[in-house]
Amino acid sequence: MIAEAGLAALWLAAALALLQLMLSGIGLAGHKPNLLGAVRPVAVAQGTLTTIAFVSLITLFMRSDMSVLLVATNSHSMKPWLYKFAGTWGNHEGSMLLWVTVMGVAGAAVALFERALHRETHMATLGGQAAISLGFYAFLIFASNPFARIDPPAADGQGLNPLLQDPGLAFHPPTLYLGYVGLSVAFSFAVGALLTRQVDAAFARAMRPWVLAAWILLTLGITAGSYWAYYELGWGGWWFWDPVENASLMPWLAATALLHSVTVLATRDALRAWTVMLAVIAFSMSMVGTFLVRSGILTSVHAFAVDPERGTFILVLLGLYIGGALALFGWRVGAVREGAPFELVSRETMLVVNNLLLSVILGLVLIGTLYPLLTEAFGHKVSVGAPYFDRIAGPIALILMIVMAAGPLTRWRRDRLGEVSRRMIVPAIVALLVLAGLAILAWGKIGVLPFLGLIVALAVGVASVAPLWKRNLRRTPLFTWGMVIAHLGCAVGLAGMASDSAFTVEKLAAVRPGDIVEAADWKLRLLQISPVAGDNWTALQADMEVYRNGGSPVILHPQSRFFASPPTTTTEAALLTRWNGQLYVVLGQEADEGRWQVRVWWKPFVTLIWLGGALIALGGALALLGRERRGWLLKWRARAVTA
Amino acid sequence: MKRLLALIALLFSTPLSAQSALPPAPYADRQISDPALERKAKALMETIRCLTCQSQSIADSNASLAGDMRSQIRERIIAGEEPEHIRAWLIERYGDWVSYEPTADPVLWPLWGAPLLLIGLGLLLLRGRIKKGRRS
Amino acid sequence: MRRLLIWLPLVLFAGFFILFASGLLKPDDRVITSKLVGKPLPAFTLPAAASDRPPLASAGLVTGQPRLLNIFASWCVPCAAEAPQLMALKEAGVEIDAIAIRDARPDVDRFLQRYGNPYSRIGLDARSSVQIAIGSSGVPESFVIDGKGRITYQHIGDIRADDLPTILKRLKDAR
Repeated sequence: MIAEAGLAALWLAAALALLQLMLSGIGLAGHKPNLLGAVRPVAVAQGTLTTIAFVSLITLFMRSDMSVLLVATNSHSMKPWLYKFAGTWGNHEGSMLLWVTVMGVAGAAVALFERALHRETHMATLGGQAAISLGFYAFLIFASNPFARIDPPAADGQGLNPLLQDPGLAFHPPTLYLGYVGLSVAFSFAVGALLTRQVDAAFARAMRPWVLAAWILLTLGITAGSYWAYYELGWGGWWFWDPVENASLMPWLAATALLHSVTVLATRDALRAWTVMLAVIAFSMSMVGTFLVRSGILTSVHAFAVDPERGTFILVLLGLYIGGALALFGWRVGAVREGAPFELVSRETMLVVNNLLLSVILGLVLIGTLYPLLTEAFGHKVSVGAPYFDRIAGPIALILMIVMAAGPLTRWRRDRLGEVSRRMIVPAIVALLVLAGLAILAWGKIGVLPFLGLIVALAVGVASVAPLWKRNLRRTPLFTWGMVIAHLGCAVGLAGMASDSAFTVEKLAAVRPGDIVEAADWKLRLLQISPVAGDNWTALQADMEVYRNGGSPVILHPQSRFFASPPTTTTEAALLTRWNGQLYVVLGQEADEGRWQVRVWWKPFVTLIWLGGALIALGGALALLGRERRGWLLKWRARAVTA
Repeated sequence: MKRLLALIALLFSTPLSAQSALPPAPYADRQISDPALERKAKALMETIRCLTCQSQSIADSNASLAGDMRSQIRERIIAGEEPEHIRAWLIERYGDWVSYEPTADPVLWPLWGAPLLLIGLGLLLLRGRIKKGRRS
Repeated sequence: MRRLLIWLPLVLFAGFFILFASGLLKPDDRVITSKLVGKPLPAFTLPAAASDRPPLASAGLVTGQPRLLNIFASWCVPCAAEAPQLMALKEAGVEIDAIAIRDARPDVDRFLQRYGNPYSRIGLDARSSVQIAIGSSGVPESFVIDGKGRITYQHIGDIRADDLPTILKRLKDAR
């Protein structure tokens, strides 16, 4: 019953999307902006219906309804309720339903809350959103039906991949999807504005909060994913340049550039073509990402069950939407007037350089990810991984950080190089001090990139708070605080990354109960190995007593877990967080004669990586709040004046 | 309690198919005592791709073949072999695919040319933008 | 100039589209083949893996006649599935030697007792060293070695009934 209701809701939503598209089309072609009044409720209804479909699927999973094929292949009645719930999107069809739900809800939100846009552009935007949704509804209904039944129902399910049975599954995919499907709104805005030729400051001001919201969620989603991989995979790595990870990074890079570009357009009425192009690219990268993950053309730990037929469907959608948007861009952007001029040394230039550097990194990640596909078309198999990406993206990212530090300290429109340099003196001094310190303490012991990374991180960290100097902090606008905290977050994240690369200590040992392992200034003693059991797993748990420098000992419990359905072994690392780093302990296999493999890492300041990510998101949230509040205040004041 | 014991019995009795029951090779999970040599070995292992779980390096993989490769690499480094020589030996057997570190093969030159190309394009765009700004 | 740059993204996208389409059209290919096909078999000496068969050394594979070298393991499920095909090859007069990967004698004996023993000699490769040295990436795999000790063909995965004609042909060509 519920499955049929869910499928019916999906069909209805698709029908409404078609209606939405047609109404917008008629409204635009016939110059009838009043049709917006009809389009908006349709969009809201569409969003509501997709939500109903999604909730239906969640209900089926929570009830472990084994007559539904998807539940039977991906769930199990013995799973903890959290993973029954989150398992809804731990598979291809469910996550695709999440995709269209976010799209529908985002469209509904634009219909409900967007007030500042010209009516024609608003209608065109909703039309664009409907057009994209249609393709994905079709994909879902015809090629990835989540509500398909099986007859007779299965006795029990095949279970959820044990690596996914983690709270991370409840947080990472939804946040990530809200982010990069949320970018569809920016895409639709851009398409709408190109259709109605209204690319101006007002348009940018309207689009900015939507971009910010999607970007904040995408930042959180990526940060959460990185931390989850870090503690789940058991080897202490936090980024692997895996094709699917890159698929989430590329929209983020585009969205970051878009964020800055839209601000320039909003405040200075410049960078029109850039803003529109970036908005198109950001969601295009999201769609390319979804294609790469679900088509199976690239090897990845994240890839869903592979089906070239589905891949072809998505490829056709890509061609339609991305090709269409880029063609529209080429056709219409000529009519978009150039914005206000600016000098060589100016904040506008800094932001253009920022855009360019982000785009270069984006391009390099894209090329690096797809290169093996290209060479394989010619019969040659290669691997492109961390050595390439680190070496290429790293230095450019460092230059970008320096621009990020100097940008807010440069005036709009026209400034002098000497002046800007003067404002950068304190950060420069910090850089020199760190350089000297590291050279004395760690010369030859750490790589070039981490070395430079530490210097840049600390100097840029200081520079990012520089805009607050000599200001009345209570009168500083919230969005300035947001910018400062977000930039500071970048520096903090970089410091964590560099510190982890430079100073991590690794110790592998085969120990018996009573043996002591030493790593950095930590001592770890294996007390015992004992069996334990959970809801749907059994494990061997090591009790390890750890302490350092005569501090009080703590007991850690790394586990080696065995799941029955599907049969898999996972490692559950034990993490101990201190102010200056994290101790990461893993229990491996039994070596021989009662000795056990133990892996220990001491990772100085590694948590700064994810703290940095959280700060970036926080900065974005403050900026969003600040802008929205200012908008309300201005409106309120205007109303008070006219009253 | 009975269920716990039954599950534990299951843990110890079920053979894990597709993986050998033998213990790992001697240097699969044992570091070289000389830190400089261990650093060399680690650096090499992080750039050799695992043949079983193909999305990881052998340094990050639980597969037994990865463990055997790690052991072999460490033993050869202890014996004085250079990492690049070991990499070349592996590439001779498995092709460029096995190395995450791009080789000097001409098929990879565009990969190195790409950054220069993109940065050049970026500078071009920047120059155009600034000139336009100046002109008006 | 601006004109060119404005249409550049669309052109680039077209390129990517073609690349993606080509990726979809190609059959899914995750196997890593050995690059030593066509080259001499690397030298090795291995202890005996089974109680009733002699050990294996590379020198012993240079007999003037082509031989089949089968890489297997007692813990490997598809190896059990290909056992009948190997017996069929033995009946057809093919000389087969084997290398058991990450195995122990009692387990190998048990496997051969259960699934049959088509091998002349079996070497025990406890740490996959020979497997790595010949560029094999998993079990089971089979190599055709010609009379002069050169690898002429690699078959990845278990040998199925419809693979038999190809393997027999490769053995004949290696004379």
